[in-house]
Amino acid sequence: MVELLIKNGFVFDPINGINGEKMDIAIKNGKIVEKVTRKAQLIDATGLTVMPGGVDIHTHIAGGEVNTGRIVRPEDHVKDVVSKTATTRSGTGYSIPSTFVTGYRYSKMGYTTVMNPSMAPLEAKHTHEELNDIPLLDKASYPLIGDWWFVLEYLRKGDLEGCARHVAWMMDITKGYAIKIVNPGGLESWGFGHNVHSIDDQVPNFCITPREIIVGLAKVNKMLNLPHSIHLHTNNLGLPGNYVTTLETMKALESVPYEGRPVGHITHLQFSSFGGDGWGNMKSAAEEISSYINAHNHMTFDMGQVIFTDTTTMTADGPFEFTLYQLSGHKWVNSDVETETSGGIIPFHYKKNNAVNATQWSIGLELALLIKDPWKMFMTTDHPNGGPFFAYPRILAWLMSKKAREATLKKCHKKAQKKSLLPSIDRELSLYELAIMTRAGQAKALGLKNKGHLGVGADADIAIYNINPETTDIARKYKSVRRAFKHAAYTIKDGQIVVKDGEVVGNVSGRTMWLDVQTAEPCRIDDEMRNKFKEYWTVEYDNYPVTDHYVKVKDPIIVKASV
Amino acid sequence: MVEQKLKVTLLTGRTIEQGVGKEKGKASKEYFDACSMCYMDADDMKKLGVKNNTNILVSTPDGSVVLKAVKYPRSATPGLIYVPYGPWANAVCSDKTTSIGMPSFKGTPAEVEPAPNKQVLTIEELLKSEFGR
Amino acid sequence: MSIVKSVTCPICGCLCDDIELTVENNEVVKVKNGCAICESKFIGYRGEHRIKTPLMRKNGKLVPVSMNEAVHAAAEVLANSTYPILYGWSSTSSEAQRVGVELTEEVGGIMDNTAVVCHGPSILGVQEVGIPTCTLGQIRHRADLIIYWGCDPWSAHPRHLERYTSFTEGRFEKSEWKAYMQKLKAQAGQKKMQSAMRIESGRTQLRPQTCSIPGMPQTMSKDGRKLIVIDVRKTMSAEMADYYIQVEPNKDYELMQALRVLVRDGELDVDKVAGVPVEYLKQVADALVNCEFGVIFFGMGLTQTAGKFRNVEVAISLVRDLNMRTKFSIMPMRGHFNVTGANVVSAWQTGYPYGVDFSLGYPRYNPGETTCMDVLLREENDASLVIAADPGANFPKKAIENMVKHPLIVIDPHMNATSMLGDIVFPSAFVGIEVEGTAYRMDHVPLPLKKVVEPPKGILSDEEILTKILAQVKLIKSKKTAKKAEA
Repeated sequence: MVELLIKNGFVFDPINGINGEKMDIAIKNGKIVEKVTRKAQLIDATGLTVMPGGVDIHTHIAGGEVNTGRIVRPEDHVKDVVSKTATTRSGTGYSIPSTFVTGYRYSKMGYTTVMNPSMAPLEAKHTHEELNDIPLLDKASYPLIGDWWFVLEYLRKGDLEGCARHVAWMMDITKGYAIKIVNPGGLESWGFGHNVHSIDDQVPNFCITPREIIVGLAKVNKMLNLPHSIHLHTNNLGLPGNYVTTLETMKALESVPYEGRPVGHITHLQFSSFGGDGWGNMKSAAEEISSYINAHNHMTFDMGQVIFTDTTTMTADGPFEFTLYQLSGHKWVNSDVETETSGGIIPFHYKKNNAVNATQWSIGLELALLIKDPWKMFMTTDHPNGGPFFAYPRILAWLMSKKAREATLKKCHKKAQKKSLLPSIDRELSLYELAIMTRAGQAKALGLKNKGHLGVGADADIAIYNINPETTDIARKYKSVRRAFKHAAYTIKDGQIVVKDGEVVGNVSGRTMWLDVQTAEPCRIDDEMRNKFKEYWTVEYDNYPVTDHYVKVKDPIIVKASV
Repeated sequence: MVEQKLKVTLLTGRTIEQGVGKEKGKASKEYFDACSMCYMDADDMKKLGVKNNTNILVSTPDGSVVLKAVKYPRSATPGLIYVPYGPWANAVCSDKTTSIGMPSFKGTPAEVEPAPNKQVLTIEELLKSEFGR
Repeated sequence: MSIVKSVTCPICGCLCDDIELTVENNEVVKVKNGCAICESKFIGYRGEHRIKTPLMRKNGKLVPVSMNEAVHAAAEVLANSTYPILYGWSSTSSEAQRVGVELTEEVGGIMDNTAVVCHGPSILGVQEVGIPTCTLGQIRHRADLIIYWGCDPWSAHPRHLERYTSFTEGRFEKSEWKAYMQKLKAQAGQKKMQSAMRIESGRTQLRPQTCSIPGMPQTMSKDGRKLIVIDVRKTMSAEMADYYIQVEPNKDYELMQALRVLVRDGELDVDKVAGVPVEYLKQVADALVNCEFGVIFFGMGLTQTAGKFRNVEVAISLVRDLNMRTKFSIMPMRGHFNVTGANVVSAWQTGYPYGVDFSLGYPRYNPGETTCMDVLLREENDASLVIAADPGANFPKKAIENMVKHPLIVIDPHMNATSMLGDIVFPSAFVGIEVEGTAYRMDHVPLPLKKVVEPPKGILSDEEILTKILAQVKLIKSKKTAKKAEA
């Protein structure tokens, strides 16, 4: 019976409407409880900020793509090495940290739950093997199914129910958590080196359009009652003028009934909010995008903020990485996966003195500040695409301090400075709003009922930061607040202290969550399906599923579907 | 006219027989038969006066080894000899890694001479002679 | 008697997973769908070459000892060494490889896998320029141009052609099997004709050509999937190819650079490159540019010859160039069934795929310095553990001479060349036959390895043996620290 009592901290728990009140949090057996006995271990949080553990809705930390990134970039690791200690394993860091280091660094920032957003079903075992080696965090992964041949064929036939049963089966056999769609239709086209350029382009050989894929899967998502909405990387991502496609995509999703729950999540929105019609006049479309979002409630978003550093871009959007290759001539990985998806990697150095990069930096912050409701827009870098996750405290500083933004903007390329909307934005986010954007909102959008809050029954995943909201003007003292977010005073995972004063002191494996979607009529795996499987893949049907063997600490979430 | 020695380029690599032999066991007859041999060009064999399935001595600056010469059946490969991967090939392979970790298993210069009276060593004999174990 | 279906074959990087085994009295008695090597392993694995108990060298001879004694001795060796090499890892499961990284980290040694002597240079090439690649199914469905360069799938990956490339039915491309059979028949007829003619003309021999291109100059106008083999000698695979190009030894680099020039619409002012007429190369370049989806598979013919990783780098660069014109992929033909896994596991735990040095407390990687071959040749090692590989049979002599100067621990199911040389030898169970696990195919697709029969009594898996040694090493080290603290 491990009992803990966090005494006297300033608690920020937006899901329960608690905004900086001084109160105690009691923990027993890994859960938050009403009260504990006198034997409970005390944590004196006087003068400290207490929040639910951080939740990251979109971070590439494990799997084939990430690991290929590690293999091709020894130069990334050599500048950031991590030694073995009595409690922790060794590893390397920077933009694609090794698995152990990933867990430690998230935990040091007070994060306790992370979602790995890109998993080719054929390679799902790999993703899970890596997740097992990421300590201190609860994890889940989204299978890529937007260009899966079965899905394309069901949707073309208009058989949504069949498609839904199939997706349910898919969640089970990949041990997945949400429907991930990347450049729908574009990845299949990329199989022969082509792409789609609007949501109404035909996908070659499949007689279907991106619009039909997006809306179809959003409906399927609803029929299955999945906790998270479809998780969407838009068409034309990363190209000037793509905000039009993004607006069209959001409008297309208006056709799916809202019923109080978001029907779609557009991820790394920054990369989908470019104006202009070429790299020469590329500019921010944050105003157009945010004014649409402020007028509609059917979707959620995350930032995909850019950090000025040397990082590694990696995405299932193979054609987009090819564009980056054409632009940079840098070392380039393409990795298409039969019947399912594609992928690519390009190392990328975002520079302040590059007009496009600096504009991208500005767009991310503009979006986060112009979208009024923090429950709609979450903080991410699309790690490592916009920058490594351990730069999060810097983003928090920009969001809560105009002064911090100005300090960076004035070092940016003149053209980007001139075009930036940031000087016209005075908004400075409060700790309460930041708590929404970094945990409460993310947990809610993900449908994680026991996470992102500190109510009784919640998982005892807690972050304590050395910030005194009574005595600190966070907008002015952003540097000390940034430091505090970088090194949590305490991180508590499942009721155990795993980080103290910014150092890892404990070891908890962390669970792997996935959806056990129960449909009225299960997906039929008959001989026809098995034969088709043999035609489509080069592995046997029996060897395709991720068995229990591949999940070290299991946390299946049962979902009752309406089909 | 028959020559005493022939300068050649040494390649090592896989053969399907070597694959079958290694899975059977490194001490198996199959492995011995598959790996203690050397493919040669038919014309080269004529030049040396070596008959199919007779022994030759292959030498490089790194060592020498007795192997059974076999005529390469598929194409003319003048100046090339091919020895399947195995301890016999390693006795003559170059260990130069050119500072990248990889020895030079293919394309090293070697000399071949007839050795009708010399014995091909078994794997045990070969290891004993090289490493004393 | 029982039949086990969908078994993954634990031999080469193809990881064919459609093997059907008939098991009788805890023995595999029949193998269906496998190649000759597959059959040899599943039937022959239990033969007389199996090690039956742990062994230790006493008075120059390997004698049976208890598992406990062997574990203690091995842990003592590793815990007391300053720069041990832990080498092999390619014929075992990723589960065992994970324990291996932790053990190497614990003893501050070098973790290296067999990639160092096969596709290590390919990894170096990839680290220079990246790699446009795909899974094998993409090739089955889409590739209309297939090139094997410096590799002989018929010998080393016998079912590669039938499962993944020319002889497989894809969604957009069809199998060339029937066409190939017809060609064989026609050739057989031609051969009869030729031999009849030879007899007629008084046995005059045809002079061998350096560049044996059938009916040159001829356009590469074959319909359907084209198969091109480029090698220094006519291999079995080359015989099966639609077009065979014989390159002079050690000149692959020149040939590829020449193709790059042609693909970029440049001119070559020579008649021949690496023994191949430029006129013919132009046709090859045309075929490369005009395909819908092309792929180059390459093997040791690039990584072990002059140029080594530069050959791979230029091959990838050629494919990068081709992607500006059409869709093209490239893939190394990985040898051991889980050498890819060894790279993958090492990379996710340390950031680096092979040749990882833990002697400073964190992972360090500098091929040529931290790779085991170089450490052995510089004689810096003071102990070795070899698992799931046979350097005794596959390393140059000098490296092994240095390996056996210091204590040598070997973990292997068979008495192979390295176990014959070992000081402490652990028999292990066959992963993929007697133990389950995971392996990564040459295209990084993970596949489960099945347990189809029980291992012999008392024989543990690689993972279990390593876990025991690791626990014992930790114990020895904690005792040492305690002693130091006392003092």
